[in-house]
Amino acid sequence: MNLQFTTAENAFRDEVRTFLAEALPSDIQNKVRLGQRLSAEEHVRWQNRLNERGWLAPGWPVEHGGTGWSPVEKYIFEEECAAAHAPTIVPFGVNMVAPVIIRFGSEDQKRFYLPRILNNTDWWCQGYSEPGAGSDLASLKTRAERDGDYYIVNGQKTWTTLGQHANQMFCLVRTDSQAKKQAGISFLLIDMNTPGITVRPIITLDGAHEVNEVFLDDVRVPVKNRVGDEGEGWTCAKFLLTHERTGIAGLGHAKQALRHLKDVARRQPHRGRALIESWSFREQIARAELELMALEVTNLRVLAAARDGGAPGAESSLLKIRGSELRQRLSDLTRRALGPQALPFFADFLAGNDDSLDEEQAFAAAASTQYFNRRKLSIYGGANEIQKNIVAKTILGM
Amino acid sequence: MDFSLSDEQRMLDETVSRLVADRCNPEQRRALINERSTSPSPLWRTFAELGLLAMPFSEAVGGLGGDGIDMMLIMQSLGRGLVPEAYLDGLVIPGMLLARLGDDAQRDRWLIPLLEGQHQLALAWHEASSRYEINTPTTCATRSDNRWKLQGRKQVVLNAPNAAALLVTARLDDDVLGLFLVPSESEGLRRRDYATLDDQYASDIDIDFTLPASALLASGENLRTALDEALAMGRAALCAEAVGAMERACEQTLDYLKERQQFGTPLSRQQALQHRMVDMYLHLEQARSMAILAATSLTLPDEQRDYRVAAAKAYIGEAAQFVAEQAIQLHGGMGMTEECSVAHYAKRLILIDHALGDRDYHLDTVIARLDTAA
Ligand SMILES: Cc1cc2nc3c(=O)[nH]c(=O)nc-3n(C[C@H](O)[C@H](O)[C@H](O)COP(=O)(O)OP(=O)(O)OC[C@H]3O[C@@H](n4cnc5c(N)ncnc54)[C@H](O)[C@@H]3O)c2cc1C
Repeated sequence: MNLQFTTAENAFRDEVRTFLAEALPSDIQNKVRLGQRLSAEEHVRWQNRLNERGWLAPGWPVEHGGTGWSPVEKYIFEEECAAAHAPTIVPFGVNMVAPVIIRFGSEDQKRFYLPRILNNTDWWCQGYSEPGAGSDLASLKTRAERDGDYYIVNGQKTWTTLGQHANQMFCLVRTDSQAKKQAGISFLLIDMNTPGITVRPIITLDGAHEVNEVFLDDVRVPVKNRVGDEGEGWTCAKFLLTHERTGIAGLGHAKQALRHLKDVARRQPHRGRALIESWSFREQIARAELELMALEVTNLRVLAAARDGGAPGAESSLLKIRGSELRQRLSDLTRRALGPQALPFFADFLAGNDDSLDEEQAFAAAASTQYFNRRKLSIYGGANEIQKNIVAKTILGM
Repeated sequence: MDFSLSDEQRMLDETVSRLVADRCNPEQRRALINERSTSPSPLWRTFAELGLLAMPFSEAVGGLGGDGIDMMLIMQSLGRGLVPEAYLDGLVIPGMLLARLGDDAQRDRWLIPLLEGQHQLALAWHEASSRYEINTPTTCATRSDNRWKLQGRKQVVLNAPNAAALLVTARLDDDVLGLFLVPSESEGLRRRDYATLDDQYASDIDIDFTLPASALLASGENLRTALDEALAMGRAALCAEAVGAMERACEQTLDYLKERQQFGTPLSRQQALQHRMVDMYLHLEQARSMAILAATSLTLPDEQRDYRVAAAKAYIGEAAQFVAEQAIQLHGGMGMTEECSVAHYAKRLILIDHALGDRDYHLDTVIARLDTAA
């Protein structure tokens, strides 16, 4: 057993660092550093840079434009991106729908969609959840009825992340209302410009417009936009959920958040000293550090198993639970470290429209909104309670 | 030992509860926030009519002589409704200081209208480098020709935008703490006003002006004692407010679990969630006990009072966080939305801990005095 990175892996890390130092636009980097929200243009600008370097889709097979990196290299890449304050890649195209298209799609679909994902022509969103179908996703009600070469789709999707920017949506719909729950579901690719689609914003408790409701009213979708066979949508959905889980623990983000927390605690005064010298607060940071150390090795163990052929299964639930808890804890400690300075809500600054804050105000501005925003980590992508149900059932056999 | 309320207290509790239920539902609350201005809201005027604004003050200064329990009952109701009125920051804390430290002329000019609901005040103590420490401001006051020159910068001064006058802490020439009464219109006072994430109103304030000698309300030991007393009251009040908000957050979560169906049954049938709900309830009841402890400690000798209040504030800070986080979690995506009432309770429950010393700050007090405290 050996936990050291190899010489080649270290050289790779240097290569990534050099690239980030050169390629990451400083305006974007600065916004990410201060926790300001990015515009669609900024996301796309960064993803175009990655694509020019050939690094936008590390998870894809090489023949479609992937990098051929090992899981460890992917992990190093994610860690360095977070450390450099690079934006997170919007996952819905590159990391979610693309692997499904590659695995289950037709040749036509691959030829059409994959290049458009790589060069950021399309912005994808995920149409899974519905008002009545959250944790119990398979109870979804959006209907697709066959009409010649088209499906007529009716229903409502919700919590659609960044759907306001999207021109494409991958969508789970019910094509057979007679079949039992999972069996009647199909996986459709829907052009958001089709008549009958309405997108309405949902404002979250941190004041952000990150999620949306999507209403589908007699939307005509060509049958050739179905991925996989009719009634096979659940297989696609499950594949998507277990695929590409190297990033699920969010370790790169957690490491960066821990560095930031220590920085805040060093700057903040506390009874005549720095807060980081307060024993009780220091202990809480230390506990987060221990959790991070353990999670990093657990993550590498899961990655190593995946590299050796075993697809990560229920283990990814462990990573999701602990990773989300850790990141929530770190955002909690950061908010608390800032004391009263965590109270102001500078909405315009966070949206990138106000440069009148001084350095201290700007430094503290995002802490509380981020704390509240991070609550989503234990809710979406299968809530933590659901992940625990999975672990209990599949790993522990309870 | 007696946990029952007196008849007057029960009446007070019913009056405020009813008022809050009638006048501060989520839509009314939103309207109060959107229509916020420096003149008192209709709700605030009703507070005045019902005597709520006079309640915290002694009869000697025109108040009704309410005690810690009265305050607890009022604050708990305000917490239940998330009432966006600065009862604590605009009235109780600055009012207590003024009642105790002001001369007759100052009380006539600022305290009487305060109790009548004509204006509000604010205590400006927080600075970039002070965190929760009130006694060591960097804003300084120098004396010359019978006048005071004040220079410095205060941050996150709660209710400053609505205040007719500010009580400003400053370091005097001889390194002693001083408190100044400053009309908000003073030349050389520049404010940047903003909302906090939990819908309070606050300002950052640049200070550079001169004041007459009489503007110094108090300094040194005399001031420290008054501040400690006002802060103890403030902290106990925040504990009670948190308990009120926790009650509502628990009720709303329980209702939601009963109503929300997934997997063909209400969420409330899932044992994992039943236990979580019980944990929330346990935190609520323990917090309620601590709020009572704090409220009944305000008349104890200073050391004892401060130890118990610190213990309550530390405990409730943590309990409130548990309830807030679980309330969001058990609501799923709904709990993350601005539209959902419980999200606003969660925001207040988290950020209430950032006022007058958070759980870490007060836990340190308890740790430091652990083996000497009675
Ligand atoms: C910010 C954000 C972004 C999102 N983005 C997207 C997106 O882009 N596309 C998309 O399709 N969806 C998205 N979602 C939706 C997300 O996947 C759902 O919120 C999630 O599946 C939970 O469903 P729900 O919100 O309906 O909660 P519910 O299913 O109603 O659950 C409420 C609570 O009950 C718990 N619970 C439910 N069932 C059980 C059980 N059997 N045992 C124990 N506990 C249980 C849950 O864990 C949760 O705590 C997003 C959500 C959020 C918050």
